[in-house]
Amino acid sequence: MIEYFQILGQEVYKIIFLVIPILVSVALIVWLDRRVWGLVQKRRGPNVVGPFGLFQTLADALKYIFKEIIIPASANKVVFILAPIITMTLALVAWAVIPLSKNLVLADINVGILYLFAVSSLGVYGIIMGGWASNSKYPFLGAIRSAAQMVSYEVSIGIIIINVLLCVGSLNLNDIVIAQKDLWYVLPLFPMFVIFFISALAETNRPPFDLPEAEAELVAGYQTEYSGMMYAMFWLGEYANILLMCAMGSILFLGGWLPILDVYPINLVPAPVWMIIKILFLFLLFALIKAIVPRYRYDQLMRLGWKVFLPFSLIYLVLTASFLFYFDKLPEVIF
Amino acid sequence: MIIHSVFFYFFSIIAIFSSLMVITSRSTINSVFFLILDFISVGCLFIMVGAEFLGMILLIVYVGAVAVLFLFVVMMLNVAEQKQSWFIGKKSTHIPTGLIVSVLILLELLVVVGGWKYKEDLMSSSTLVISNISNTHQLGLVMYTDYILYFQLAGIILLLAMIGAILLTFRERVGVKKQNYFNQISRSPSTAIELKDVKSNEGVKIDD
Repeated sequence: MIEYFQILGQEVYKIIFLVIPILVSVALIVWLDRRVWGLVQKRRGPNVVGPFGLFQTLADALKYIFKEIIIPASANKVVFILAPIITMTLALVAWAVIPLSKNLVLADINVGILYLFAVSSLGVYGIIMGGWASNSKYPFLGAIRSAAQMVSYEVSIGIIIINVLLCVGSLNLNDIVIAQKDLWYVLPLFPMFVIFFISALAETNRPPFDLPEAEAELVAGYQTEYSGMMYAMFWLGEYANILLMCAMGSILFLGGWLPILDVYPINLVPAPVWMIIKILFLFLLFALIKAIVPRYRYDQLMRLGWKVFLPFSLIYLVLTASFLFYFDKLPEVIF
Repeated sequence: MIIHSVFFYFFSIIAIFSSLMVITSRSTINSVFFLILDFISVGCLFIMVGAEFLGMILLIVYVGAVAVLFLFVVMMLNVAEQKQSWFIGKKSTHIPTGLIVSVLILLELLVVVGGWKYKEDLMSSSTLVISNISNTHQLGLVMYTDYILYFQLAGIILLLAMIGAILLTFRERVGVKKQNYFNQISRSPSTAIELKDVKSNEGVKIDD
């Protein structure tokens, strides 16, 4: 019993040291996103608060905290309050299995990639609940759109993950990283990487797939009725999810915490730094795409998901499997 | 071990409570939320006995996909209207069918429970973790060798159900305008623009 509480204490300590850096980096990443967006459009972006405008997100958060939380009279109050909490919690909970280096991981579980996939597929609940509980037209339409969109793109993400798993032979995230020691999967599975990236954009409701909150049609989609800190929680959860998708992409395709080249001066750089560089690289792509691509129409989005990505990734799955089987490169199961 | 039991009872009590709430709760949307809670706690129980793969698949398939679709449908219903018609208004006509189905399920449960014993070391959860092979590999080794036929059959049944559902709900609608992606992109000014001289005081008919 006492032993259990000791372990619990240690874990809580670890969890705090995982969650706080994530929240801080989410704040920084919001700044980076807006900054890149501004620079692409030849604006300056946020540059007033703090050096280079770095504290802009902090100032925004402070503003949100002091704003009044308005709950619509006709809303389902419990669900309305639960929705942003769920979004935020799920976005943070997933980080438990992300390995920053071989040992720097909170929970090195056997089915790590399945856990990630499960948690990211639960993310849709926050949006649906928020949209329904608001009891208003625009949020509801936004919620329905996003539910359909996220369920559709999850399917192709699932098949892409299977592609990688065929090459690795394990569901453990560290094993997936170590299996890329000689060759990052971005090279042999490049089409899958592209599809994963685009599906990740759709899964996190980023432009060009930000139809759930398309401001020209739906005001702000599922967030319309939210205000103050509850809106900020949706917003934080969204960016934590984006970072999570970037981490997932770098683990599956870019070799996670492995150095870019395993030669003397380069491999001195500690593993977490490589992981962070890769996440940042993917996030920069996310931010650039937000700035340069116009929004998709909804039927085009569905067509892309079901009629292009799904068949293509299935065909590629068969190709990968046959290649591995024919050249006898299937991973051996270690007993 | 005490902690293990505490968690076991914690999750099972939540599972039983929420499954009761699914059938007794007054608003349909709450039923669906309790169903989700039920799935999650059963998933946790799976993980506790060492069947982590099953637990995760339960989360992905049932919570991540099936319950989302349930929620999707239930949200379209008018909550206030439903309460009226179910609890105040006319008598339900679903009782006979429901009774038949539930009696059948009860009989099936009796058959299953009759031939089933508790494993002595169920609580210790050592049976599944004892070998070095991971849970997922064990499942794969059995499923794709000894039971490949049943596995494929289950897949075919699911496919049939899917095609059946599509066929049942499919209806051909006339006069629906469809947007063809390629036609839209490959439009050129010469085919898209038509110039017409309009005489004054006379309209012009533009066909679409």
